[in-house]
Amino acid sequence: MAVNIIKEKYSNRISEVVIGTGPKAVKVGGDSTLPFLLFEGEMPNRPLAALEVWDIEPKHWPEILTSEFKGVLSNPAAWAGKCEEYGADLICLTLAGSHPDNLDSSPAQCAETARAVADAVKVPLIIIGCGVEEKDVQVIGEVCRVLEGRNCLVGCAKPDNYKTITASCIVHGHSLIASNPLDINIAKQLNILVTEMGLPSNRIVIDPLVGSLGYGLEYAYSIMERIRISGLSGDKMLAMPVFCQIGQEVWKTKEAGSTVEETPEWGDQARRAVMWEVVTAATLAQAGGSIMVMRHPASLKQFLAHVENLME
Amino acid sequence: MILIGERINGMFGDVREAILSRDPEPVRRWAMRQYQRRADYLDISTGPSLEAGDQPGAMEWLVRTAQDTVDLPCCLDSTNPEAILAGLEAHRGKALINSTTADQWKIDLFLPMALKYGAALIGLAMNEKGVPKSAGDRAALAMEIIVNADACGFPLEDLYLDPLDLPCNVGQEHCPEVIEAIRWIKTLADPPPRTALGLSNVSQRCADRQLLNRTFLVMCMAAGLDAAIINLDDDELLKAVAASNVLLNREIYCDSFVMTFKNRD
Repeated sequence: MAVNIIKEKYSNRISEVVIGTGPKAVKVGGDSTLPFLLFEGEMPNRPLAALEVWDIEPKHWPEILTSEFKGVLSNPAAWAGKCEEYGADLICLTLAGSHPDNLDSSPAQCAETARAVADAVKVPLIIIGCGVEEKDVQVIGEVCRVLEGRNCLVGCAKPDNYKTITASCIVHGHSLIASNPLDINIAKQLNILVTEMGLPSNRIVIDPLVGSLGYGLEYAYSIMERIRISGLSGDKMLAMPVFCQIGQEVWKTKEAGSTVEETPEWGDQARRAVMWEVVTAATLAQAGGSIMVMRHPASLKQFLAHVENLME
Repeated sequence: MILIGERINGMFGDVREAILSRDPEPVRRWAMRQYQRRADYLDISTGPSLEAGDQPGAMEWLVRTAQDTVDLPCCLDSTNPEAILAGLEAHRGKALINSTTADQWKIDLFLPMALKYGAALIGLAMNEKGVPKSAGDRAALAMEIIVNADACGFPLEDLYLDPLDLPCNVGQEHCPEVIEAIRWIKTLADPPPRTALGLSNVSQRCADRQLLNRTFLVMCMAAGLDAAIINLDDDELLKAVAASNVLLNREIYCDSFVMTFKNRD
């Protein structure tokens, strides 16, 4: 008996955001259906994977991770070059050094690092502040100015600091990461406020925060899925690509961080940690996540191979 | 919620004057105003005072004038099939015919007409005997229309069933029956048929009309109403629709929920 495949037809499309310039520029979004349901609608752009670069040497990354970047961890430009070699679609520069508890680097220092990284690679750049809202306003503003015309993705704008960061994006031609604490209502409201300032919706990506496998992944998944269904169903203020900081969440779990000596029953640490990162990213890609910021090059490779299979 | 602006109707003095003198300005003004206030359709009615022979020409002129002003589909509102036909001929895009009753001769007239022009159709839960009193009888008449639509291959998503509200100062007992009828009609087919209502009728010649209108609309929305012909100039009514969309989980809440609803894009 013939099986009749039921197809959902949505009234709206996810906006398509371009990041970067020239031949290595990337596109994300544009979906007319839920992820990978290629029989039902279009998914013109596959999810992207970025590798993370810091402006300071990370103190708490486990050895199985730092060993992949031996010799370049104190040089962000060289580190970014290494990530490009590993096949990252984008580089995500995290300006952790600007945090008052770290180096408290000045906006000018941060901008200089950002420029050096941008000059060192051909792939597009994501630049994220340290998360201290008032500091991010100064740092991201200066970074936006120095990288004018490079069409970077910058963030993260939050309800208390979005105005200046949004204005910097508008003036210097970048796209914005609008961040909310796992809250769809705030996500929508922030997007309304940002678009009212004049930043078009195809220059905004939503960062709903994520949880890793074992640490709230299901909750993050359900919020992300609700954002995506609402966006496809006509809510233009939720119809943006979704940004996921996978590495940041995964590499602080004990499953990724504990050595084989500490927990022999969990098996090889590198295999376990990479799997943790890949499973988290692959799960959220099913909920609509489309820019995955990861840390381990093997995770990146496995995730992209998985996506390639799903896109066939 | 599909909002149909009621204002381009010959029952209103300024529109009637406009029709008689073929002065496009009032029609353009109301088309634009209702468009800005978030209309999904413009209801177009020549009004009953026009001679039947003059209605088709007036309908055609109203449709063209409205659609030359704004890019919105029209809800062609007439009891005169000739006028509906003239409106369909002039209309661009997918029109909504308002309406057929559950009388077989009318169904046989309007369903093929809607099919031929690719239009949607409002079916009234009444027949030559009038408007039934109970929810069950309204649903039974709605079912007649659904069965006929299904039999001739009319897409059910293009069929709107109107359980008909009466002024609450003369037919108060009808109000809860209408709400109940909406619930019933939504169970008559799968996927559920759509429902529509001409809202302002519920408060004809009553005091506090706007209060009655918006309270009734919210009650009907909660029962499953999909579309209503309304006064879009009533700001509090639009706010109540915005709030109902949120409370019925049809729209994701955000602090600017009223503003985002009222803004066209």
